[in-house]
Amino acid sequence: MVENDRFGSLLAHLILILGVAAVVFPVYVAVIASTHAPGTFLQGVMPLLPGSHAIENYRTVIFEGRAQAGAPPIGLMLWNSFVMAMMIAVGKIAISLLSAFAIVYFRFRFRIFFFWVIFLTLMLPVEVRIVPTYAVVANLGLLNSYAGLSIPLIASATATFLFRQFFMTVPEEMLEAARVDGAGPMKFFKDILLPLSITNIAAMFVIMFIYGWNQYLWPLLVTNDERYYTVVMGIQRMVTGGDSEPLWHLVMATVVMAALPPILVILFMQRLFVKGLVETEK
Amino acid sequence: MARIVMDDLHKVYPGGVKAVTGISLDIADGEMIVLVGPSGCGKSTLLRMVAGLETITGGTLTIGERVVNQLEPADRDIAMVFQNYALYPHMTVYNNLAYGLRNKGVPKPEIDRRVQEAAGMLQIADYLDRKPRALSGGQRQRVAMGRALVREPAAFLFDEPLSNLDAKLRVQMRVEIRQLQKRLGTTSLYVTHDQLEALTLADRLVVLNGGQIEQVGTPMELYRRPGTVFVAGFIGSPAMNMIDMAYLRDRGAAPPALPAGTDLVGVRPDDLSLTPGESPAMALRGTVALLEPAGAESHIYVTLDGNAQPITVRVPGLPEVAEGAAVVLHAPLEALHPFNSASGKRTG
Repeated sequence: MVENDRFGSLLAHLILILGVAAVVFPVYVAVIASTHAPGTFLQGVMPLLPGSHAIENYRTVIFEGRAQAGAPPIGLMLWNSFVMAMMIAVGKIAISLLSAFAIVYFRFRFRIFFFWVIFLTLMLPVEVRIVPTYAVVANLGLLNSYAGLSIPLIASATATFLFRQFFMTVPEEMLEAARVDGAGPMKFFKDILLPLSITNIAAMFVIMFIYGWNQYLWPLLVTNDERYYTVVMGIQRMVTGGDSEPLWHLVMATVVMAALPPILVILFMQRLFVKGLVETEK
Repeated sequence: MARIVMDDLHKVYPGGVKAVTGISLDIADGEMIVLVGPSGCGKSTLLRMVAGLETITGGTLTIGERVVNQLEPADRDIAMVFQNYALYPHMTVYNNLAYGLRNKGVPKPEIDRRVQEAAGMLQIADYLDRKPRALSGGQRQRVAMGRALVREPAAFLFDEPLSNLDAKLRVQMRVEIRQLQKRLGTTSLYVTHDQLEALTLADRLVVLNGGQIEQVGTPMELYRRPGTVFVAGFIGSPAMNMIDMAYLRDRGAAPPALPAGTDLVGVRPDDLSLTPGESPAMALRGTVALLEPAGAESHIYVTLDGNAQPITVRVPGLPEVAEGAAVVLHAPLEALHPFNSASGKRTG
């Protein structure tokens, strides 16, 4: 640790500020852009100060939508995104908890084999297996449904591993004490393991919710009914769809709206989230 | 309340490691049995077999009148106190105590009565609303005891319950455990590697070595008349001195009238003295290597002439001998323990 080194401290701050600026600036531009009149963008000069059309732009996005630009009202898209993200987050956590529980606490045939199969799925994200997965979902008649949007994304090696690591740190005696206390496997899971995992579950929930919320390619593929459009793909449609020039001010307003829910989730779960990632205390 | 009978118990792990090989023991109702031995002697495995946490691969185990080999831990009517307490960290002390009873479907008022009673007995009534992490080591230990107590089991099983406590607290809890056990009269099986704990707690002491019983007896029986070289070395602190007969004969110091087959003589550090008593049977010459004052007593380490192995002598107070001084150690005949080194057994 360097102490009282003014130059070092200055340099460190400079690098950090540059880094923050690089991340924040595009977000700032998006927010600014959402407050300007339709034509501003097409002039080729990006304004860096807020414009005067903020209320008007957001009202348009929220209440009217721009049907001619290929965008349904944002409320429905936000709802679809929310449902999909929730289903993915909750589904992933439920399945991962159970599979980690099985792998850590049960000795069954081919346990190691199944462990590696789960591990393999890490290397096969949706993008890689997208064609066969699409075929399966289509044959099951799940196109244009919430199930089709979320189920193929639910299996999660990452969360399974996180919970496995956590379960392995729970002392063996805890299980034995529970056995002596007359708790069967599922009772042990429900009464002991779940409450102990709560901070981990919160952390996983935040990560998985944002993962689900930001899904782009998959929703684009399995929905062609406006009723199931998610907000992320809605943005894409606003940019490429329609005959007119992209309505950048509205696109940017939608972007800002789309970024809000994940931010809210993080804000509300921040305490638990951080605790879950750093805490080792049992 | 129950009698526990182990009949030729065996434990072979899947890898072929034999942890327990043929242990038979009859524990009377209300008896406090302490299993003692070095690490890896199988004492914990044996306890866990009784608890039902390890499967029994051979022999039969009876608790009360039931053969419990195939029963789950919860159905064996036992309670266990774990070395690291294994309290449920997310539950309050009250819920920690009540959890097992709830699982058994004991009615609420009865649970409350038992928890309050146990809490009163262990002086943890003030902490019932706290979580384990807000408790000190000693309090956690009491909660762990309480969890066993509320079950009102046929037998208590203790797996080195005091090893995580500091020395002072350990002595205090040891006394409390013994008083509690006597008051409740519950059959108890207690595992420890601390021989002082073993000596003070036990009605009968079981010394284990290599998965087998070396000797069973009251603590004083084992102390006064250890049946094997192993027990002699394990029980008593500082450990018993072992002197080769060959060395004694060479020095002309061989005591008369030892049983045939004796080639090793044991003598406790307490039984050696620097002054010849009434009828010394053995006199050994050596030099003081180190003087170790330990308060009420002192340990003198003596190197015998022509023998590298140091001999420990325990004397009261602080003796007036300087390090490097030549001394003669005396021991009476009745203090000598004759052994045969080949069989490891006592010869008489």
